[in-house]
Amino acid sequence: MTAAVTAVKEGRLRRPKKAKASVLYDAPGPRARLRNNMLTLGSLVVVLGIAYVIIAKLDEEGQFAGRLWEPFIQADTWVNFIIPGLQGTLVAAAVAAVLAIAFGVLFGIGRLSDHSWIRVPSGAVVEFFRAIPLLLLIFFIFSGPSTIANAFNREIPTITTFTALVIALMLYNGSVLAEIFRAGIRSVPKGQSEAAYAIGLRKSGVMRLILVPQATTAMMPAIISQLVVLLKDSALGWIIAYEDLLNSGYRLIPAQYGNLIPAAIVITIIYVAINMVLSYLAIWLERRSRRARRSSAVPLDAGIGAPPAPGMAVTGRATGEIGGAAR
Amino acid sequence: MDWKQALFDFSPFWKQSGTVAAAFWATIRLSAMTGVLSLIVGTLLVAMRVSPTPVLRAAGTLYVNTLRNTPLTLVLLFCSLGLSDTLQFRLSQTSTVNYYWLAVFGFSAYTAAFVCEALRSGINTVPFGQAEAARAIGLTFTQSLRLVVLPQAFRAVIAPLGSVMIAMIKNSTVVLVASYIEASAQMKQMFEEFGATLPIFLGFAVGFMLLTLPTGFLFGWAAKRWAVLR
Repeated sequence: MTAAVTAVKEGRLRRPKKAKASVLYDAPGPRARLRNNMLTLGSLVVVLGIAYVIIAKLDEEGQFAGRLWEPFIQADTWVNFIIPGLQGTLVAAAVAAVLAIAFGVLFGIGRLSDHSWIRVPSGAVVEFFRAIPLLLLIFFIFSGPSTIANAFNREIPTITTFTALVIALMLYNGSVLAEIFRAGIRSVPKGQSEAAYAIGLRKSGVMRLILVPQATTAMMPAIISQLVVLLKDSALGWIIAYEDLLNSGYRLIPAQYGNLIPAAIVITIIYVAINMVLSYLAIWLERRSRRARRSSAVPLDAGIGAPPAPGMAVTGRATGEIGGAAR
Repeated sequence: MDWKQALFDFSPFWKQSGTVAAAFWATIRLSAMTGVLSLIVGTLLVAMRVSPTPVLRAAGTLYVNTLRNTPLTLVLLFCSLGLSDTLQFRLSQTSTVNYYWLAVFGFSAYTAAFVCEALRSGINTVPFGQAEAARAIGLTFTQSLRLVVLPQAFRAVIAPLGSVMIAMIKNSTVVLVASYIEASAQMKQMFEEFGATLPIFLGFAVGFMLLTLPTGFLFGWAAKRWAVLR
């Protein structure tokens, strides 16, 4: 046995990846492989060409000058701007996430209630906040309450940008999460609750002991991808001047060093990194909860990122990444 | 201001009916143009992401992961402050037209990433066996695509695509940061002029619901109408 074969067998060297068949095309034969290689070469040239044009343009505008990038290797920039900004983003997102989950549980279960006086108002609240743009909500929560209080000749404490942002994020994302919770609970097979009633549990017991624990597993990927949306939406705080990563990274740093483009690139990388970590967590959880599902709830979509639309149910459609192979 | 004004007075809308209508028309124009462009770009992206060419796959994945995980506010700010003001990248000489196209550019670039993922999830709902069966009965690549795979994929894609389009209409408010005047900018202006009253907020909220809810029902109905039963 040659060294290479041993290496492959021991898993040190990976076998060269062979193109596999997919829904769209068969496993390539020799001619198709040749054609694919030509295509690869051609597309490589095109992609590199586009990259070159962008980089040349940036260079022409002098965006690679060392003095523009230097601030980002100095500790001061990170300590004074980026880390406080990141803290602002993460704190707002974390507080809003906790509140949104609570809101979602409350209204999600409310919509499943047997009493119409709970079910109908819950549904109205959820559908309303899901159907309107988050930014309108932020504007109104920021300046509406004090106007209305003044009209009643009352004084209320001023609403900070943090409060306005967090409450708006809670109402919007909480409503989306309510739909996710509802879909999660409904995705538990009916036999589960029937069996629970048969052994004498009450409605609250069925919900608390049987449905919610099983639904939680199914909902986890969808919840996390909604939290990614929430984290991204927290950047809307820029518009009401909340001190978040976007504000410190894209307003304060360029104001001081005049390096708008480098600043944009650096904070984009930070946002993408945080959200990718969260997204991979969602994918990992979905894969994990996929193990046994003969009698359990089907995991909900970890998401194409878009929140489910008003008037449409949250579907349990598999995500792109994993759906194809596992089915 | 008394409490009746703060809670029930819809008269600001009559006073400014022209500008409100113009603002919503601006929202519709922006959303429609973005919808079309993002569908085109999203289709190109999904073609890249499912192609047998690793370079194109990697480029598509990089694009989608970057744009999908960046806040829209940042994307649009980059277009207005970065591309237009710093890099002198202008799409028109007229300032207002330039801002419209910059907003459309950034907004479509962002939405296309979500369209791509919606389309890809549709392709992935087609069971592998369907393609294998198509090949087994001797259909060629184009035939199996045209007769078996794509018809099923398009139907599966309606619902997620509807979600993307509705999210897009709601996100169109964010182009406020790219200096394009539409409904959210108009609401902000009215808040400053008449005070932030409940009727003004509700009026704009209902305006957006008139745009999003019919879109949602339309896509929901279409998805159910053409659902693939498995």
